[in-house]
Order: sequence, then C-alpha cells, then structure tokens
Amino acid sequence: MGKTLVLGVIGADVHAVGNQILNYAFTEAGFNVVNLGVMVSQEEFIEAAIESAADAIIVSSLYGHGELDCQGFREKCDEAGLKGILLYVGGNIVVGKQPFEEVEKRFKAMGFDRVFGPGTPPEVDIACLHEDLADK
Amino acid sequence: MRAILLIDFGSTYTKLTAVDLDAPRVLGHSQAFTTASTDISIGLQNAMAALEASCGVLDYQARLACSSAAGGLNMVACGLVPSLTSKAAKLAAFGAGAKVIKTFAYQLTLGDIDHINQIKPDILLLSGGIDGGNSEVIIHNAGMLKGAKGDFPIVLAGNRSAQDECADLLKGSGHPVYRADNVMPAMNQLNIEPVAKVIREIFLKRIILAKGLNKATNLVDGILMPTPSAVLDALTLLSKGDKTTKGLGEILAVDLGGATTDVYSIAKGHPTNPTTVVRGLPEPFVKRTVEGDLGMRYNALGILEAVGADTLSEISGLPAEEVAQTVQDYHDNPSVLPDSDKAYAVDKALASSAIAVALARHAGVLEQVYTPIGPIYQQTGKDLTQVGRLVVTGGALIYSKRLETIVTEALRLQEPFALTPKELQISADKNYILSALGLLAGYEPATALHLLLEFFGREEAYAVV
Repeated sequence: MGKTLVLGVIGADVHAVGNQILNYAFTEAGFNVVNLGVMVSQEEFIEAAIESAADAIIVSSLYGHGELDCQGFREKCDEAGLKGILLYVGGNIVVGKQPFEEVEKRFKAMGFDRVFGPGTPPEVDIACLHEDLADK
Repeated sequence: MRAILLIDFGSTYTKLTAVDLDAPRVLGHSQAFTTASTDISIGLQNAMAALEASCGVLDYQARLACSSAAGGLNMVACGLVPSLTSKAAKLAAFGAGAKVIKTFAYQLTLGDIDHINQIKPDILLLSGGIDGGNSEVIIHNAGMLKGAKGDFPIVLAGNRSAQDECADLLKGSGHPVYRADNVMPAMNQLNIEPVAKVIREIFLKRIILAKGLNKATNLVDGILMPTPSAVLDALTLLSKGDKTTKGLGEILAVDLGGATTDVYSIAKGHPTNPTTVVRGLPEPFVKRTVEGDLGMRYNALGILEAVGADTLSEISGLPAEEVAQTVQDYHDNPSVLPDSDKAYAVDKALASSAIAVALARHAGVLEQVYTPIGPIYQQTGKDLTQVGRLVVTGGALIYSKRLETIVTEALRLQEPFALTPKELQISADKNYILSALGLLAGYEPATALHLLLEFFGREEAYAVV
C-alpha cells in the first residue's frame, strides 16, 4: 500500500485551487492522500494523522500568515505521539517578498523537514517525498 | 380485518396500540405499569386486559414489541481521537437506540477497565483508526478488554486492517465478538448504519435474554428493538416518505424524560448560507443524541448545573433559592409530581431549560473567523435553523398543556450563534404512537406511513392546546 499523506491549507486560508492540484498530483503519484481541504487547524492535521497513521503532513499556506499559523506545530506533533513524522510546508508562507533562504531557515528551525517556495511544481514535492519516505 | 398489536415496554409503562391494517386505522390504546423487575408478562397482561375492555378480543396476526425496560440499552463507546472515531462510535451507538454511559479515547488503561467493570455495559463498541490507518491503539484496546469482567458482547467497528487481530485477541475472553464495518472508514466519513444493524441483532439475540425480558416472548412475536430505534424508524419514514407518498421533510423530535433528554433530527443540516465553511466530522441525516445529565427528576440537578439557578428563577418567576431547593427535593425524591402552582412553575422552567440545552448540544454552532479576505463563517455540526416541525414525545407529554410555552422558552434561551431552530410548530405524540408506528414501519411500511401522516402530517396536529 502507498504511503499516507495528510494534506491541507492551514489557518484561516481559503485558497482551494492549489490544494486540489496537490491532491490530484499526490494521488496520481500513488500516495494515499487524506485531504482536509482549506481552513485546517494544527489540531485537525494532527488528529487526522493519528487516525490515518500518516507518514507525512503536507501544510500549504497561500495568504502570508503561514509563519504565525505554523508556530508550535512540531511540538504539538511530538506531544500527540507523532514523533518524527515528516512535516512539509509550502506556498506563499510569509508576508511580503523575503529571501527564500531565510524563510526556509526559519521554518526548518520550527521543525519542518522541507520548505517549498511559491510556484514549486508538485513533481518536486513528490521527488522529495519518495526520497524522505524511502526507508520509512 | 387484519389486526396487529404493537407493544412498547417502557421503563415505567407498558403501552399497547392495536392497529387495523386494512382500514388502516388505530383501534385503541392501553397502558399498565411495566413489571420488568418481577415478570414483564404480568404488566403486559394487565395492559392487554385494559385494551380488550375497550376494543374487544381481537385475533392479532402479529404482536411486535420494542423495549426500554430494565434500564434500556447501555453502551460504552471506544475510539481513537475524541473528535473523530470516538465521536463516530458514540453517534453510531445513539443511532442504534442506546444510551452511551461512557466514551473512551486513545489507549484504555487498567483504570478504564476497572471503570468498565463497574459500569457493566450491555454492549461495548470498539472503534479506532480509519481503514488502513492506525491499528496500534485498537489492538492495544482489544488486548486490554480481554481482561474486562462479564460477558458483554464487543462490537468491532474500527480499522478493517486490525479487525482480525482484535478478534483473535478477544477469543476466549468470555466476550462474544461481533464485526461491523468501520464507523469512520475514511477521514471525516461517517458510516453508522452497519454498526446500528449489528447492535439491533445483538439486542434481539442476547440483550432481551440477559435482561429477563424473554418472559414475555411467548406472548409476543419478538422484542425487535430498543424503543428509541423504533422512534427513529418512525421519524425517518415520516420525513422521507416512500416511492409513492411524499414525506413531511425535515423534522425534529424531543423526548424529555425523568433521567435523560433525547433529541432526534431527521435533517441534512447543511449551511443555510452558501459561503459558510463546514468543519469537523459530518453528521448523520438521521441523528439522535442522548443527554445523560438532563432529566426532570433523577437529573434535575444536572439541568440546574447546566443553566444556573438564575435562569430557572427567571423562567419560573420564583426566587433562585426556592427553585434550587425544589430541584434538590426532586433529586432526592424522584417520584414527586407537581401539586402546586409553584411546583408547576419550577417544572416548566426545568423542562424549558433541559430542552434548550439538549437542542443546543444536538445542533451545530456557527463561528465568525476573521481572515485577510474578510470575515468568514465556520459551521460545526448541523444547521437546524430552518427546521420547522418538532414532535414532543415520551415523558414530557405530561406537560402537554404547556408544551408550546415550554418550547418557545427553550428557543428564547439559545445563544445567537447556536444553529437551533428559529421557529417551531409543535406536535405532541399523544398515546406514544411514534414507537408503535416505528415497529409497524418494519412490518408494513406503507401502512405505517399512511398512519404517521394522518397523525403528524396535518396542520391541525401542530396546534397544541
């Protein structure tokens, strides 16, 4: 059976199109996708990951407030028993135009395994997933 | 004439309804005290004698019964995450007509097993994990339940990948194992009918025997289901109709009893505003909830706790201390009936408050969330604001003269963001016809629908006096 991903758009963000594209691309790539859609809270991501025994959580954020919405996510995963679960984040995750290297550094410090900038094609995420989940 | 006898073994009264299937029409009703603690057939024979006195001796082609006697059907529900499979398991048990005494989430502990030993449930429902998802916790729980005392059946309705291992673990435990499809096969997908069906089978095969209700079985063709199941069946048929006859559409019912308050909704509950975002576990079209802390006597203190003495004082027009004292008296002496204007005022306040809280818990809520693109509404649970009909059944019927004011008051008590009905027409289920016709729905559905519409489909039925 394919690896299980929990997918959703975090916070009060209602951008649904990218979410549908990712859902389609990941499913086509053979992943078992649990798509939570838009306006998903950290708790909902975590609860879905527990029930589905997910291998990774993929967080999207398009409205610039991702940095606030994502704070403490890794700690909550640890607390909920999802220790070491793969955490990805991507989209327009910060306010304004900031150098991507800095943004990536900050999100990695928050415990995200991979950080993707605006306009990343799904194939890139899929390749990373295959690499990161190969030995899990 | 083809006659049928419909029996409801209630916790207090055994109620009979005789129906002429050909006319079709109700021939008569009778009731007598339930005698579950001695021999349930005595109460039934007493009620039969009363029925024969009014409609004569009839040759019944079938005698069907439902029962909430001997404590009803008590269940424990176990799941993984509280808001997901635990909630789904609880909703499934409610839908099967049970009272859920305790819900557990995550791994069961030795303390939890002790608790279950004390509760002595009639049935335990074990769920957890979506199909192909988490199996660790449900397997752990099956292992723990192996050590639970008694011989209550366990229904396995969790992650299908873990079913076999759970069943193996429970082998030789003294608990018969039944399997049903997962209550939540995929994320946020509710699947409660298969479990409800299995629970009904167990009720028929085992629970009747375990509660000593089988003493009545030579007088009836079968105690087919718990009474709330019969009520649900009747309401569903009344709402949906059948292929040839249109039903009434969305409908609510409330059963306000001495110990619990049950709410039924046969309604989609979709948002009224198309821009509202729906959150959380989708709720069933046919939904039942039981509030175990709200009851007119045994749980009068629960009502007081839920709304506060000030609210009861405001509705009854009596000082808060006096109301609190009366509520305490009811709790200490549950068989008391109101005998003064003041006592009636307290009862009315309790009834309004219990219905208000039970409706609010049954219905969903709307929340306003501020986003960069402006405020957005977020709905959790069912939107029942547009449901226009309420049938009041069960214990609350003794207040039938005041039902309209009781319900109006209950609606006035709602918070502005509660998704409870805004306006309701009320009909009283006089003579407990819902449970009787729910039984008939499984026997001759078209006849049951015809009679249901006759009782609850006409406008006059909603003008409560």
